[in-house]
Amino acid sequence: MRKVEIRDLGRLGYAEAYALQKQLVGERQRGEIGDRLLLLEHPRVITMGRNGSEQNLRASREELERLGIEFHETDRGGDVTYHGPGQLIAYPILDLREWKCDVRAYVNALEQAVIEVLGEFGIKAGREPGMRGVWVNGAKIAAIGVHISRWITSHGLALNVNPELEYFRYIVPCGLKKPVTSMRREGSQASLSEVSETLARRFGAVFEREPAAAELEKVE
Amino acid sequence: MTDVVMPQMGESITEGTLTKWLKQVGDTVERDEPLFEISTDKVDTEIPSPVEGTLREMLVEEGETVEINTVVARVESADGSGAAAPAEKPAAETPAAESPAPATPVPVAPATVTAPKGPLSPLVRRLAREHNIDLAQLQGTGSGGRITKSDVEAYLAARGAAPRAEAGAVTPPAQTPERVAPPPPAGAPKQRIEPMSNMRKKIAEHMVFSKQTSAHVTTVHRVDITMVARIRNGLKAQFKERYGFSLTYLPFVLRAAAQALREYPLVNASIDGSDILYHNEIHIGIAVALDNGLIVPVIRNADGLSIVGLQRSVVDLAGRARARKLKPEEVTGGTFSVTNFGSFGSLFATPVINQPNVAILGIGAVTKEPVVVAGDAIGIRSMAYLSLTFDHRLIDGALADRFTQRVKQILEGWTEQVL
Repeated sequence: MRKVEIRDLGRLGYAEAYALQKQLVGERQRGEIGDRLLLLEHPRVITMGRNGSEQNLRASREELERLGIEFHETDRGGDVTYHGPGQLIAYPILDLREWKCDVRAYVNALEQAVIEVLGEFGIKAGREPGMRGVWVNGAKIAAIGVHISRWITSHGLALNVNPELEYFRYIVPCGLKKPVTSMRREGSQASLSEVSETLARRFGAVFEREPAAAELEKVE
Repeated sequence: MTDVVMPQMGESITEGTLTKWLKQVGDTVERDEPLFEISTDKVDTEIPSPVEGTLREMLVEEGETVEINTVVARVESADGSGAAAPAEKPAAETPAAESPAPATPVPVAPATVTAPKGPLSPLVRRLAREHNIDLAQLQGTGSGGRITKSDVEAYLAARGAAPRAEAGAVTPPAQTPERVAPPPPAGAPKQRIEPMSNMRKKIAEHMVFSKQTSAHVTTVHRVDITMVARIRNGLKAQFKERYGFSLTYLPFVLRAAAQALREYPLVNASIDGSDILYHNEIHIGIAVALDNGLIVPVIRNADGLSIVGLQRSVVDLAGRARARKLKPEEVTGGTFSVTNFGSFGSLFATPVINQPNVAILGIGAVTKEPVVVAGDAIGIRSMAYLSLTFDHRLIDGALADRFTQRVKQILEGWTEQVL
């Protein structure tokens, strides 16, 4: 079975994580590295994807600064989203030509991995018709936004483990007037690292890649 | 020339949205250098140039959604091998690009349809549609007599660049009376089933959703609009001559409403759970009637526009709404709405709130009436009813009436210069 190297980056700023992804995408493109899965947590940040609209931002830039929330425009698909402590971020750097050249299948697979992770923690999650992401009883628990360059993926998914949900009030997540939820709110006491390990395993199963466990420890 | 098409990004994917051009016409590109980005299913993908050369044509606009295999760009390869064009898709397979929203057919169609020679690019089709050109009348100069963009431009220049169908005011296009159906022959079925258009379905959903969401209450005020009517009549000809479109009552009402909204910000708010969301900007949606449909394009920052600016926005948005040329972002983000049912002769009505707004102002027909004026005399005045439907969850009657009174007061005592 092919391998996917898991790298747990701990808490990493959005700009640093973005630069790292760009670098890895280049390396993956040139075949210098294999598939990677970056797992991390961002400090409070609001990012706006390519389809984003300032309309979905409810606070001024100055206000965000005062609240200690960074703001970045970025090149993933999707609209506005919030990331912060307590949210597990997964950025797979995969060459889809070695899996399936199908972006919809890719997003479905990401959702599938998250649904299975939540199932392990006793949370029944699923999809909502016509919308992406993972949902629990009509509330969004995981968001998806992906960028693809010559079939190499970057960006990925954000799963709410136990973030401060009140920070989502400064945005209209993904332009949708839908509530957000977290694993904590759905009754799970799981820690970020437990969820992180489970996601690495489930991700490997869904994409038929063996998670390279040796890299599971933190990379400084 | 090498065509770059909208790629199929997955088995079940039939279309993609162009989100961003990364190069402009005339830019040189390397082989595999990204030309543009597309979006499907929250995935943003860079599309690289298949050859090294110069970007010559951009056939799809940012924000446009097109079917897969639609030609998006043409790149002239560096070695000048223009003749060896790789398999171009026949035009029949690349239906003209449409924005994602259209629900009913575009009303403008060339009267006679004679198949023009050769395949047509989406750009040529679009130009033809926009300018109402019968392509059969054109002599193509492209390979095999094919009609190119420059042929269309030359034709347009020759035609004297006659403006396309004059964008009317917000009053609807002249209504053709509904054709009287002949009585059905005996034994014909008693019902007929017709699936609703997408637009109809959306309107239906939105109306029921709004009625279930808000506590609708309508208050009606009568306004003496004589002053505005005089200004309008006095300037009518001059205005039309100077700007090319007519001056209606609507921009006066919009201007008055924008000012009143500034003074009563709660009327410009929304409800979000148990929070009140005050909008610091005033974006007014205007209801535009379409053939069997309705759309509410938005005039952004309406309070910053003069009467001329407002009238221009109304004409532009209403014209493009009827031509199905509004961009998605032009029909969202409104903070208040205005509807002009008076243009259909209605005296007053009880409009449904356009969610997530908390109020909508309706304008009835302006009619000359005998009214009691100062000194208990009877005068002939131009009168109209303003109806404000408000969401009683957030706005109480007293506020709704103060707001409407303020609109009335501004209209009755109109002092602002128009030209």
